[in-house]
Amino acid sequence: MAKENIDLEQYRDPALAEITLDGKLYGLPGFYDNRVLMINDAAVRSAGLTPDAVDPGDRAALSTVTDQLTRRAGDKLARIGFDPKIPEFLPMWARAGGVEMISADGTKANLDDPELVAGLEYAVGLINAQGGWGSFKAFRDSFDLFGDRNPFASDQLAAFPMEDWYLNVLADVSPDTEITIAPFTDEQGEPVDWVTGSAWAIPAAAKHKDQACTWIRTMTDSATWIAAAEARAEKRKSEGKPFTGVYTGNEKADERIFGEIVQLGDYPVYDKAVKAVLGAQDSAFALPASPARNEFLTAWQDAVNRVLSGQRSPADAMRQAQQEAQTALDDAAK
Amino acid sequence: MPGSRFRRWAKGFRERDTWAAYAFLSPWLVGFTIFMAGPMVISLVLSFTDYDGLRETSNVGWRNYEQLLSDPKVAKSLGNTILYTVMTVPGKMIVALALAMLLSRVGRRSAGVFRTLFYLPEVTPKVAIGVLFLLLFNGQVGLVNGFLGLFGFDGPQWSTDPAWVKPGLALMSLWSVGGTVVIYLAALNNVPADLYEASALDGVSWWQRFRHITVPMISPAFFFTLIILTIDALQSFDEAYAAFYGSSASATYSSDAALFYLVYLFQQAFQFLHMGYASALAWLLFVVIMVITAIQIRVSRRFVYYEGGDR
Repeated sequence: MAKENIDLEQYRDPALAEITLDGKLYGLPGFYDNRVLMINDAAVRSAGLTPDAVDPGDRAALSTVTDQLTRRAGDKLARIGFDPKIPEFLPMWARAGGVEMISADGTKANLDDPELVAGLEYAVGLINAQGGWGSFKAFRDSFDLFGDRNPFASDQLAAFPMEDWYLNVLADVSPDTEITIAPFTDEQGEPVDWVTGSAWAIPAAAKHKDQACTWIRTMTDSATWIAAAEARAEKRKSEGKPFTGVYTGNEKADERIFGEIVQLGDYPVYDKAVKAVLGAQDSAFALPASPARNEFLTAWQDAVNRVLSGQRSPADAMRQAQQEAQTALDDAAK
Repeated sequence: MPGSRFRRWAKGFRERDTWAAYAFLSPWLVGFTIFMAGPMVISLVLSFTDYDGLRETSNVGWRNYEQLLSDPKVAKSLGNTILYTVMTVPGKMIVALALAMLLSRVGRRSAGVFRTLFYLPEVTPKVAIGVLFLLLFNGQVGLVNGFLGLFGFDGPQWSTDPAWVKPGLALMSLWSVGGTVVIYLAALNNVPADLYEASALDGVSWWQRFRHITVPMISPAFFFTLIILTIDALQSFDEAYAAFYGSSASATYSSDAALFYLVYLFQQAFQFLHMGYASALAWLLFVVIMVITAIQIRVSRRFVYYEGGDR
């Protein structure tokens, strides 16, 4: 770090938190994913509602709105009203319920917290109310997520929390689709933005550590991100499509990218959407790093899948997850 | 006598033909040593270590093997794999035999075309088959449930209902039955025609001919495919992994019912970086396969007919 004169101040704190264990930094941040609420305006309008009716902060109201937004064709699902995005977004539901899934030092799992179990029960309830996991997932598997028949353009989905990169996908494949971006909120109405990202690291046994470090510094440097964003913006411009930016773990780079390169004056829908993502970043949090990150992740994801497939109750599943995760964390600490 | 056997073997090198034979065998021998025997020895050594590919390796003695006994996912994944094997192997053999018998009845020229057509799915990448599984067996818009719907059946949720995940994968495995068809077709073509002619003169029924001539005469092919298909099914990985664990997106929708042994081994090795433990898992599977194969060989002595043999 010292040799390469790397300025850690340029990186976002949650991005650094994800790769810092016991006070030691293990890499440098690359891409950065925020999670926000994406709402399909046309779907919401068709139900006689406005986008602000989709409010995760008011769980009773969200259940009602989900019911209003869900569409069926005979016995089949034709439109998902609200997709809670579990298991993958469970940490967001946990934080909205005031639960830290893992201790700040990454050594203690907290997966059987009653509030987390309640959050999971609620999210599973939303899916069950829309026909149950089997048909819900089967319908979702049929989505053309990256094509011009994406679930927003083809009215298959009314609202879901999603990573910010999907904004860029929509801007590319269906730029005319009207969407609203809002922060995911807790029950007090406070924004909750769970962020994850990629990072560059050097294996301890690498033969050319200095060269690797130079490479990493270059790849995570603001100048590199800005050059990449300029190239992307130029490409989109030549295609007559909006460029919604690239979200990075480098705050300095983001300032330039969203301050100068992203120009959305001609696309008010995306202009508003990008501003909403940037606003959500003020409430960003990352799960603390842990010595058994993948085992921890697998434990809670498997637990949610067991609940969704009806094999376990939320409480039982999370109890098993807690045991599996804590065993893995303890083993890794040895 | 081992000593005299070795001397006889060494003496063979005085002949040019022996050298030529080994020269022709050498590509396989070199390949086997580098890509099979070498990695197997290394994996055996690693199974006694705590190795993650990033840090110093340390010796842990038998700890990885002891962990196998207490890890519930080992029993779960092994159970899943054996159940899948029981579902898929007989299914593949029956379907392959039916197709081979149909093929054996068509003319020589068209048989070539059909052989090629049946074999083509065999060369489909297994990852593609896994993705195809999710599309064909989609509970809402999949072709399989669409087909069942034509007959008034409400098809199951193949990819999410734990009770239907393995049957779905087993059905999907029939996609690549072409290799077995070719083996059975060759065996059927080798059944002496005079046996059928004699039986026809005796007025035996189609079923009797099949039961008492076809089945015994091609039983070595049954035995061969039973062994090969069983080993292949016990090593199933690609389809289940691609369908349920493959991408970062689908990995979040993993199903305990699709946790095959090699999927779990892969998780331990390349997701959790427990390479030493994964090596121990690999050796346990090796032993399981050896035991099952030994049982199959033992049992087969009663059922396989070899021309020139007692049975």
